[in-house]
Amino acid sequence: MKRISGDLIFEYLVGIFALSIIVLAVLLLDEIIGNSWLSITKFGIGFIFGSVWDPVSETFGALPFIFGTIVSSLIALIIAVPLSIGVGIYLTEIAPRKLIIPLSFVIELLAAVPSVIIGLWGIFYLAPFIRDFVAPPLSNYLGFLPLFQGTNYGLSMLTGGVILAIMILPIVSSVSKEVLLAVPNSQREAMIALGATRWETIKMAILPYAGSGIFGAIILGLGRAIGETMAITMVIGNRPEISWSILAPSYTMAAVIANEFTEATSDLYISALIEIGLLLFAISIIVNILSRLLVRKTIKRGIVE
Amino acid sequence: MKINNFGLLAIIFIIIAGVLFFTYFGQTGGNKDKQIVLNGAGATFPYPLISKWTFEYGKIKPNVQINYQSIGSGGGIRQIMAKTVDFGASDAPLTKQEFQEIEGILHIPITIGAVVIAYNLPGIENKLYLSGDVIADIYLGKITRWDDPKISSLNPGIKLPSRDIIVTHRSDGSGTTYIFTEYLSSVSDEWAEKVGKGKSVNWPVGLGGKGNEGVAGLITQNPHSIGYVELAYAKLQNIKYASIKNKAGKFTEPSVETIANSANTVLPKGDKSWSDVSIVNAEVENSYPIASFSYVLVYKNQNDRTKGKSIAEFLWWAVHDGQDYSSELLYVPLPKEVITINEETIKLINYGGEKLITEK
Repeated sequence: MKRISGDLIFEYLVGIFALSIIVLAVLLLDEIIGNSWLSITKFGIGFIFGSVWDPVSETFGALPFIFGTIVSSLIALIIAVPLSIGVGIYLTEIAPRKLIIPLSFVIELLAAVPSVIIGLWGIFYLAPFIRDFVAPPLSNYLGFLPLFQGTNYGLSMLTGGVILAIMILPIVSSVSKEVLLAVPNSQREAMIALGATRWETIKMAILPYAGSGIFGAIILGLGRAIGETMAITMVIGNRPEISWSILAPSYTMAAVIANEFTEATSDLYISALIEIGLLLFAISIIVNILSRLLVRKTIKRGIVE
Repeated sequence: MKINNFGLLAIIFIIIAGVLFFTYFGQTGGNKDKQIVLNGAGATFPYPLISKWTFEYGKIKPNVQINYQSIGSGGGIRQIMAKTVDFGASDAPLTKQEFQEIEGILHIPITIGAVVIAYNLPGIENKLYLSGDVIADIYLGKITRWDDPKISSLNPGIKLPSRDIIVTHRSDGSGTTYIFTEYLSSVSDEWAEKVGKGKSVNWPVGLGGKGNEGVAGLITQNPHSIGYVELAYAKLQNIKYASIKNKAGKFTEPSVETIANSANTVLPKGDKSWSDVSIVNAEVENSYPIASFSYVLVYKNQNDRTKGKSIAEFLWWAVHDGQDYSSELLYVPLPKEVITINEETIKLINYGGEKLITEK
């Protein structure tokens, strides 16, 4: 009798905990929508597609920020994902046992560096480095592409992307490592028994098995990249403009909220900034749903094959 | 079981009784020298000065405790509107609309801030000379190179590099930006029309840095750059800044004297709107043109007699004795004329018609 009631209490208790997350999300959404209503009704859909952000005349359009957030996060993923998966594979499949723990430790340590520190390092070392050593060859040899044109300040979409890549690297690689560790040894042994090389084993037995987990790791990293504020605002140049060139300065959604919220006085201005928060929320949800769909699709295909 | 429950009840009872006992006696006992807490919130610019004041004032009046949160002017104005703080602080005066919305608010200028035009020109030791229209043209993107004839003609002795100007500005909303854009609006009609003044504006050109430190970082990291930072920050960081041509046609350096001279202008009464007050580009011969007041905002009619009296007394002290702490913190003390206006303003603070300050 007593044991059942204890179980029941526990069941209700954790049920309430789980429910509180949903309540929190709903309250959050309600609050954000309520506070951005002024801007939503005033600008309508034009808010998303407008590219002028002028607090003086109170004309607000979020497109340059949306563009900056998405592109800088994509650059971060392009740099960080292959690196992280490589780190994960090395740590689980190739590295000598002695190296695994110290290496994992260092990677996790990197995750603990506060973003403002990474941002400062970005201003003083990374941005000048990109300005002096990375951007000049890019614009000299690949300058015919619109991607690498324009004045080179060091503070750019590229620098922002690199900073984000550094920041998401630890989480993506350590989760990838855990996922790869979870691949049962029977998978490896079966593949080796068939006469596969180490590379073939990794490619054909381990990565497909761990695929959805690695995808999850990437999404975690993407989430962090989209929401990152402090480090990126210090190196991206904070210029709300849409440019083809990744050497041009840009701006992100999280950065503009952090930059302008404290001194925003008029109701419409605050409301517009909160609507950017709402859009950020929406983008995170869309990215999450899309990636889940993608994972489901790739897993199904993997099973059929 | 029963004893257990009883014990628990007894403990709870004792705790409740204890809490009641102490709150009751704590209140009556504390009445003699009751601790008065004044809460303020607002601009970050005067924060070092205000925190120095709260420390020094605490020595004179140990029973008055002042908390100031530097959450930004916007937050300060919102909080004084909502009456969640006893005083607010803002780098810009309230706009006409805000002034109408907040009934009975007083503007008390507490200090003066100045903005300098900092630059990074490697190999050039001489002081750079600039004029308002040239600065406006640089920030409008009309002057893009350092060897532009408009800049060269102001600096005859210097061989300026044939390089692009890297323009920098603040990316966060700030009083510094307000002062700077207010200045550009007053010297350039084109700027006033295209961009205007505000704590954040739609910059035609340039890179944004977060905070004074962000802009200073951009300038020191990028040769051939230009930007604007608070005077105190530039001095502490040893950043080079330009000499600016004022409205009287004279090149001036920012100093306590030249900045205070800017404030030598006709000012409204403290209970009137200050939205039109501007001390940039003043027509005084020896004045530095990029300066502005920083304000404390307080209600004329106080709801709490002791608290209202403490606020009035603190502000009275701040605009008199408090000004002595300005210079060491690189703030500009208020000129006499402004202090006189402030005296009248502070005397307006009342509790149901009863004046709360009796001095003079």
